[in-house]
Amino acid sequence: MSLVNYDDVMETISMIQEENLDIRTTTMGISLIDCADSDIDKSCNKIYDKICRRAENLVAKADEISNELGIPIVNKRVSVTPISILLGVSGGDPVKYALTLDKAANSVGINFIGGYSALVQKGLSAGDGELIESIPEALARTNLVCSSVNIGSTKAGINMDAVAKMGFQIKKSAELTKDNQCIGAAKLVVFCNAVEDNPFMAGAFHGTGEADSVLSVGVSGPGVVRSVLSSMPSDAPLDEVAEAIKKTAFKITRVGQLVGTKVAKSLNLPFGIVDLSLAPTPAVGDSVAHILEEIGLEECGAHGTTAALAMLNDAVKKGGVMASSSVGGLSGAFIPVSEDAGMIEAARSGSLSIEKLEAMTSVCSVGLDMIVVQGDTTPEVISAIIADEAAIGMINSKTTAVRLIPAIGLKSGEELNFGGLLGYGPVMPLKTKSPAKMINRGGRIPAPIQSLKN
Amino acid sequence: MKNNNEARAIVTIIGKDRVGILAAAAVEIAKMGANVITVSQNVNSSLFTMMMEIDIENMTGSCDDLSKNISSRLKDMKVSVMNSEIFNSMHTI
Repeated sequence: MSLVNYDDVMETISMIQEENLDIRTTTMGISLIDCADSDIDKSCNKIYDKICRRAENLVAKADEISNELGIPIVNKRVSVTPISILLGVSGGDPVKYALTLDKAANSVGINFIGGYSALVQKGLSAGDGELIESIPEALARTNLVCSSVNIGSTKAGINMDAVAKMGFQIKKSAELTKDNQCIGAAKLVVFCNAVEDNPFMAGAFHGTGEADSVLSVGVSGPGVVRSVLSSMPSDAPLDEVAEAIKKTAFKITRVGQLVGTKVAKSLNLPFGIVDLSLAPTPAVGDSVAHILEEIGLEECGAHGTTAALAMLNDAVKKGGVMASSSVGGLSGAFIPVSEDAGMIEAARSGSLSIEKLEAMTSVCSVGLDMIVVQGDTTPEVISAIIADEAAIGMINSKTTAVRLIPAIGLKSGEELNFGGLLGYGPVMPLKTKSPAKMINRGGRIPAPIQSLKN
Repeated sequence: MKNNNEARAIVTIIGKDRVGILAAAAVEIAKMGANVITVSQNVNSSLFTMMMEIDIENMTGSCDDLSKNISSRLKDMKVSVMNSEIFNSMHTI
């Protein structure tokens, strides 16, 4: 007797074939601590060898399991120990590390490698300053390397010197890649409360508290949630809507858990976490903004967007947490503007502003993500946006991030197009008054009272 | 019981009804050494829907291969072959 019900089978198949349910990423976290050497060239060789050894079969095994289960695994990625730690030991030119990571990523056939990172929420130690200084060049000279810098936390406060520096570095990353859609800035994330087990790029790195190598997955499925909501009566109360989202999130996460454990087992690695995220893509029907519109907003960005997103984000976590034995990463709804068809439309029509996005980031996963701004935006303004976002994260004990792309040479109304999952987006207007005096003060915003939990 | 389920797959075929759909699928399944456990099919106003549970313990090749082989005989129909694990994990607690 079959244990499988016909309707369940059909539901699963239509989720995958029509509603874009997929495993967004399987990310192997690899510790590089044992590759540290006081000679940078030796260190680079050890890194290359270790990544190639560990991730050699990642792509093949993930594809095998994808075929076996009939569910697409879109991305295969690697995250590594923050490179600033190795740089602190070796000294030398940090870009060598970036080139090594890029070479290793190409050798094993993955599509991104994260961990060109530094954690400087309280101050700089050996290697941190040099690494941050090298980020624009590293991103311009590599294709697959992603970089992140953690500039604040609830425990430590916000390092405003680093915030000021990152304004310059984001701008410079865009400038150095201005002939290539300013892509450098799209591979650079500035975090507050960065997590150590995030499988999603560009902010993934392998934290020092993690095991030597682990495998984590990030699921996706905005299209599935939207489809469930569209089949509900339009006057269904919001608690019923939340319940429907919860049940759907459970199913999506179960798939993530199954795929993650199977890939980890086949690679002989411990399974890390499932990141319970609704990660949109520019594909039609794979949009978080469209879920919010399905809940009942004329367009994403309208008043009510924050409330709808808060409910969505909470329901996704409630459904997902029961479905997986270990949940981690960023876990929540993502709102990257250029990667979400509905957000792009709302930004084009002017319905979605950066101020509204900032409010939305206080109730959902991550932060101001993949937002194209004018190329002549000053570094101080970028720093001030980072500071605002970090403040939201610090006070609310959540992860927030900023990934802005200054569109060098583009006028207001024009668009950048990164292609693929990174999408495309119009230049969004910013406030014009200057925050320069505050940013130039530097120093630190002290840790908030919320940090005193002991 | 659990072990049996791990080596099972669900084949579904949907499309306009005609003669020989089930036969075509069965030939490809047999060719790859998979064994049919249950079949349920229905024709409703000339729409054919079928779900089949097969034992893939001794199957040569992957579910994806089988899906391609069946599709090549039934070009106008929607065919899917997926390991039953995905349905069990999604729909049971």
